[in-house]
Amino acid sequence: MSKPMKSYLDFEKPIAELDARVEELRTTASGSELDIEAEIAKLAAKSEAMLATTYGKLTPWQKTQVARHPLRPHFVDYVAMAFTDFVPLGGDRLYGEDAAILGGFARLDGKRVMLIGHEKGHDTASRIKHNFGMAKPEGYRKAIRLMELASKFGLPVVTLVDTAGAFPGIEAEERGQAEAIARSTEACLALKVPMVAAIVGEGGSGGAIAIAAANKVLMLEHSVYSVISPEGASSILWRTPEKAADAATAMKVTAQDLLDLKVIDGVVSEPLGGAHRNPEQTAANLAKAIGSELAKLAKLDSAALLRQREDRFLAIGSL
Amino acid sequence: MSWLSKVRNSLSSLNKRDTPDNLWIKCPSCGEMLFAQEFEANLSVCPRCEHHGRITAKTRFEQLLDAGFNVLPTPEVPENPLNFRDTKKYTDRLKAARASNPYPDALTNAFGTIEGAKAVLGVQDFKFMGGSMGMAVGEAFVAGVEKAIAEKCGYIICTAAGGARMQEGILSLMQMPKTTVATRRLAAAGLPYIVVLTDPTTGGVTASYAMLGDVQIAEPGALIGFAGQRVIQDTIREKLPDGFQRAEYLHDHGMVDMVVHRKDLKATLAQLLGYLERKEAK
Repeated sequence: MSKPMKSYLDFEKPIAELDARVEELRTTASGSELDIEAEIAKLAAKSEAMLATTYGKLTPWQKTQVARHPLRPHFVDYVAMAFTDFVPLGGDRLYGEDAAILGGFARLDGKRVMLIGHEKGHDTASRIKHNFGMAKPEGYRKAIRLMELASKFGLPVVTLVDTAGAFPGIEAEERGQAEAIARSTEACLALKVPMVAAIVGEGGSGGAIAIAAANKVLMLEHSVYSVISPEGASSILWRTPEKAADAATAMKVTAQDLLDLKVIDGVVSEPLGGAHRNPEQTAANLAKAIGSELAKLAKLDSAALLRQREDRFLAIGSL
Repeated sequence: MSWLSKVRNSLSSLNKRDTPDNLWIKCPSCGEMLFAQEFEANLSVCPRCEHHGRITAKTRFEQLLDAGFNVLPTPEVPENPLNFRDTKKYTDRLKAARASNPYPDALTNAFGTIEGAKAVLGVQDFKFMGGSMGMAVGEAFVAGVEKAIAEKCGYIICTAAGGARMQEGILSLMQMPKTTVATRRLAAAGLPYIVVLTDPTTGGVTASYAMLGDVQIAEPGALIGFAGQRVIQDTIREKLPDGFQRAEYLHDHGMVDMVVHRKDLKATLAQLLGYLERKEAK
C-alpha cells in the first residue's frame, strides 16, 4: 500500500506551496553552499507558523474537511497505536458481518475494554470493504451484541465514532436500519458498565449516536458532530448545495461549539496541522483522555452509571 | 383549472364567498374530488382508494380518545439556543408555525381513555414544521411518558415527522437518546408503549422512539423509513422497488406488527391495552 506522503486541503494551498519550495531546495541543496540550508530552515519555520495560524482559526467548514481528510487516522490506526492485544469479534448472529463497524476486546493501558467503532478504510479497496464507514443494520446489531457481552463480563465500552452516517440503501431499509439504530442507542443506555465515546472524525447523525449515547463523550479537536451533513442541510434548508459552509457554521458542528452546548464533555487536542500530520501523537492523546475518563467512571457502581448516562441526555433541552 | 372550478366559476350565482377553497378536496393519491365534509366524516380516508390523509393532532385526539380527554401542556424548552438562521430566522419559522397551529410545537399529549382504558396519547403533527423533532418534541415525549408512569397507564405515540429539526442542530440529534431514556423508564415501570406510525415517519424519529414500541402499528400506505428516498436513489442510482418504505412493505419485512385501517385504530388500541394491562406482582 503506497500512501502519498502529504495531501493538502484547498485552504492549505499557501502551506503546500511553501512545503514544495522547501522540498525543491532540499533536492538541489545536496552538495551546495550553506546559505541554502538557512533558507530551508527559514521557509520551514514560515510553513509551520502558517500551519499554526491556519489551524488556530479553522472555520467549521474547514474543520469538516479536516475531519474527512483522506489521511486522517481511523479505527484500525487507533487499534494499532492506542490499544494493545486487540481481539476482533465479528457478526451480528442474525444476518451478517458488517465491516463498517468493527469491534472486539482490547486493552487500554493494560486494562481490558470492549472497543467498537466505525472504520472508513484508507484506500479504494478497503473503503469499499468497509462501505466508507456507513454501517448497515447488521453493523449496529453487532455493536449491540458486543455491548451486551461487555456488560455481562464487566468490560467498559469504548467507541470511536467516524461515519458520514448510516448507510442509505434499499437493503439497509429492508432489514430495519431505523430499528437497528434505535436499539443500538438503547443498548448504550442500558449498559451496566462505563461507556466512553470519542468522535474521532465525522459524527454523522443517527449513524453516530447509535454508538455514542455514552457516560462521557469526547471529541478530537478537529472532528465534527452533527444531525445532518452541512451539504445535506444546505440542500434542504437553503435549497442549494452551495451553502454547506454556512450550514456548518449555523449548525455548530465543531468540538469547541459542542463543548459550550454541553453535548460533549471534553476536547482532545490534535497535533499541529491535524491528526493526520502526527497519528502517533493523536493516538497517545486519545488514549490518555479515554483512560482518564474511564478511571473516573470506574468509581461509580452500575446504578450510578445508568443514572448518570440517563441524566446526561435528559438534561439536553430541559429548562 | 379542474373541470369543477370551471363549472363553478361559470355559475354566476356562486361567488368565491359561497364556495370556500376547502369545500372540496382532491385526494392526493387517486385524484378523486371529495366533498370535504364527507372526507372528514370518513376520518380523512379517501372512500375510493382508501388513502389515509394526514390529520392534525387535535383531530387525532378526537378520533382516538373518548370524549372528555385533557390536552396536556407542552413543556417549555430553550428557544433557538443556536441562534439559527438559514434563509429565515428559526424563531420566525417557529412564530409562523405557531400562528397556524393550535399547539406550540409538533408533539402534543393528551390524557384520557380509549374505550374506557386509561392512556396518554402523544401525537406528532406534520403541519408543525414537518412534525420535526427538536427539543420541544423530545421534552414533550418525556413529559408524556412521565404522565403515563404517574397514572400507571400506557403511552401511545402517533408519529409523523420528516426527522430531526435541523434548525436545532446537534440538540435535535440528542433527542434520540433522550426519548429512549423515557421509553426505558416506561418499560421499567412495566407499562405498555404502543407506536402508531403515520404518514410520514422518517429520519431520526424512526431511528429512535418510533421503532421501540412493545407493539408497532402502521397506518395503511404510510411512508416509514430511515433514509429519504431521494438520498437512497442518489446513493444507489437504481429504481426503488414498488411500495418501498410504505407501511405494507415494512409489515412484509417484519418491522411492524400490523397495518391497521384508521376506522379500526381505536378499537385495536383498546384491545391491545387490554392485553398489556399491568399485572401487579403477587
